[in-house]
Amino acid sequence: MASDSKPETQERIGVYVCHCGTNIAGVVDVESVAKFATEALKDRGVVLARDYTFMCSVAGQELIEQDIHAQQLTRVVVAACSPHLHEKTFRGVCERSGVNPYLSELASIREQVAWVHTDKTAATAKAKAIVSGTVERVLKNDPLEAIRVPIDAQTLVVGGGIAGIQAALEVAEAGYDVFLVEREASLGGHMAQFDKTFPTLDCAACILTPKMAAAGSHPKIHLFTWSEVEKVEGYVGNYTVTVKKKPRYVDEEICTGCGICVEKCPIMVVDDKFEAGIGYRKAIYWPFAQAVPNLPVLDTETCTYYVGGKGGCKACEKFCPTVPNAIKFDQTEERVTLRVGNIVLATGWDLFDARRIPQYGYGRLPNVFTNLELERMCNAAGPTGGKVVLRDGQTAPRRVGIVHCVGSRDRNYNRHCSAICCMQSLKTAHLVKERTGAEVYNFYIDIRTPGKEYDEFYQRILDDGVHFVRGKVAEVTDIPLDPAEASRNGAGTLYIQVEDTLAGMQRRIPVDMVVLASGLEPRRDSSEVGKTFGIACSSNGWFIEKHAKMDPIATMTEGVFVAGCAGGPKDIPASVSQGSAAAARVLNYIRQGELALEPVRASVLEEQCSGCRICNGLCPFNAISFIAERKVSEINAALCQGCGTCVAACPAGAIQGTGFSNEQLFAQIEGLLRDFSREPEVV
Amino acid sequence: MSTASTQTPFEPVIIGFTCNWCSYRAADLAGTARIKYPPNVRLIRVMCSGRIDPTFVLKALSEGADGVLIAGCHPGECHYLEQNYKALRRHRLLQKTLAQFGIEPARVRLTWASAAEGALFAAEIAAMVDEVRQLGPLNWPARPVPVATAPAEIPKLSEVAA
Repeated sequence: MASDSKPETQERIGVYVCHCGTNIAGVVDVESVAKFATEALKDRGVVLARDYTFMCSVAGQELIEQDIHAQQLTRVVVAACSPHLHEKTFRGVCERSGVNPYLSELASIREQVAWVHTDKTAATAKAKAIVSGTVERVLKNDPLEAIRVPIDAQTLVVGGGIAGIQAALEVAEAGYDVFLVEREASLGGHMAQFDKTFPTLDCAACILTPKMAAAGSHPKIHLFTWSEVEKVEGYVGNYTVTVKKKPRYVDEEICTGCGICVEKCPIMVVDDKFEAGIGYRKAIYWPFAQAVPNLPVLDTETCTYYVGGKGGCKACEKFCPTVPNAIKFDQTEERVTLRVGNIVLATGWDLFDARRIPQYGYGRLPNVFTNLELERMCNAAGPTGGKVVLRDGQTAPRRVGIVHCVGSRDRNYNRHCSAICCMQSLKTAHLVKERTGAEVYNFYIDIRTPGKEYDEFYQRILDDGVHFVRGKVAEVTDIPLDPAEASRNGAGTLYIQVEDTLAGMQRRIPVDMVVLASGLEPRRDSSEVGKTFGIACSSNGWFIEKHAKMDPIATMTEGVFVAGCAGGPKDIPASVSQGSAAAARVLNYIRQGELALEPVRASVLEEQCSGCRICNGLCPFNAISFIAERKVSEINAALCQGCGTCVAACPAGAIQGTGFSNEQLFAQIEGLLRDFSREPEVV
Repeated sequence: MSTASTQTPFEPVIIGFTCNWCSYRAADLAGTARIKYPPNVRLIRVMCSGRIDPTFVLKALSEGADGVLIAGCHPGECHYLEQNYKALRRHRLLQKTLAQFGIEPARVRLTWASAAEGALFAAEIAAMVDEVRQLGPLNWPARPVPVATAPAEIPKLSEVAA
């Protein structure tokens, strides 16, 4: 196309090429790109092109505003950074100057050109092609209006651990209703199981239970414990959530929490949940002493009445002193529908199952424990009353080995670092030494103590005389190498085989007790939970945040936020911070009252729709339905998320996708391919 | 690029379709991490790989591209839950069609890149550029039979009949 030809369009496009200091200008010949736009793209409606040091600066923005007024620009192309960074900035410039914000485009010549290429000629040619493609695209842009949706002021928080409690309290304190849904019978989460918290060694219960009580008694927080979210429908500001309340067999309204039923229940079972398998509970039980709400729950799998086919025992019912009786054997599942505007997912983590590493002997060698078992053991309210003892329940260990990175930083299991185990192991070392006077060995790959006062704590543990061996443990065994080793160490000794990588030698250390620092894993059902809430998990199973750095709380689904370990391993301060941050985001939306959404939506042109229904099954959000009377398909704009799959699939071209229409994309392809070396270079 | 060879090596032009959430962000990350890759690929952003109409690919090839890269989120990580699987199916089908046209299926590559995989995405681009360079120019526009792509260019039945 000749450069002196008359513009083929009435549109007046301004093209702005950003230097980004030397970020772009150091590799791309920005002046040449601007010159190219004015000359070669004149026929495409470009009336002016400028290059400027920082387009995003106030001066840069004013430059565009002035041009829009002085040159009557109708569309704007900025060639600078990624639209994910400054698209909003330049849309704002257009809006302020009376041009529809969606008539602007940001072409990424920094992330896609200057930062990734070194050959200046090739980089400049590519930048020109990108500008050409963007100019073609912007010509096909339609003026759009943001979709505005009202925000329901009620909030759903899923997960009653510390992150969820924090989020719920912050939103409730601001005066808005919160529904706090917890799968277990009590709030508290994993933190309630811990004894001391690093690095300050204050007791977990002392700092957590007041928060649990505050959440439990807050007039704006509506608790749904022993409940799960079953279904989520709708979109930001307007979610309809179905919560399944599992039967407790105890009437929440009537029960006073006196505990006589628990006392009278004759059945004692191993508590593999709260007490991590080293303590016991009754068949009707509180998860733990400070449970919120203070209501017992009946376990039908162990209760004599249920095991015996609904007959016998009923001791709990007989002894219940409240009138009417609070024990309800006929209680059934209940479903509650909630309307909320925002959702905070604080669903936490699962402990890595140490049985998966057979050479460490957990589940096979009695005196190999997990860190969670040790937490319960150290806890004064735990099964051993705070005594650190071997599996026999009485012998104090004289030598204890703590194995770091069990199931973490290990390509056989999880590649991620569980972030808390180093500090937790240091804390365990301290508590064990303090309570038993045992020799304590830590076997580590690296010691990671990046938090506030964390490394100071490490130094303190070093000063305590705890031994540190740098190396990944190869094996924990109870089989001595020879009779001499057996007689030297006595029966029941465990041997830790490890390569000391600092000393460059093999070590074999005899101990009485081994503690495995099992790592944090995503919840086993995280992918199904993610599907329920319409958010995605990364390949390792943690929920994906909108941006790992710049938006670590939000998710790709507007109005769904992630806090705490659901998004990846975190310590308590980080989980609390994220709970607060999620609340801040929710409150921001609530106070705005309504939210502007990207107007990227699909719609059906009825007169072109043949009613073939190919699109019907493609929508994962069930936004497309078939209208039988008119024999056409229809898209619910409120449910449509704008992926465009139906647009691509419609054989009749009857589905339009705003923002990414066929016309825009065809034009961009033409533009991108128009100015290659096959055409004469513009000088 | 300056080698002793007198002949300029063939540099393919590749159009890359990336999804807004994963692969476009992988490209962003490759940029912020300053990971270098060959300048032969020009990217187009769509919201989801499920948006990629096979005619976009044919359009790009017919307009002069030597190859087309389609990049979506990893299976199971799609922002729209499962639409990348639709891209996968279309890609399979398209490759069969291309083979029947006599176009090497390797010219249209499908890949997955998460927002964290800038390095992987850059490596994928480099590998594809190499592969298409080996294949040589497609040169579709210069082929004797013009290919109609946009529905608008197809004459109406009434006109043909007349």
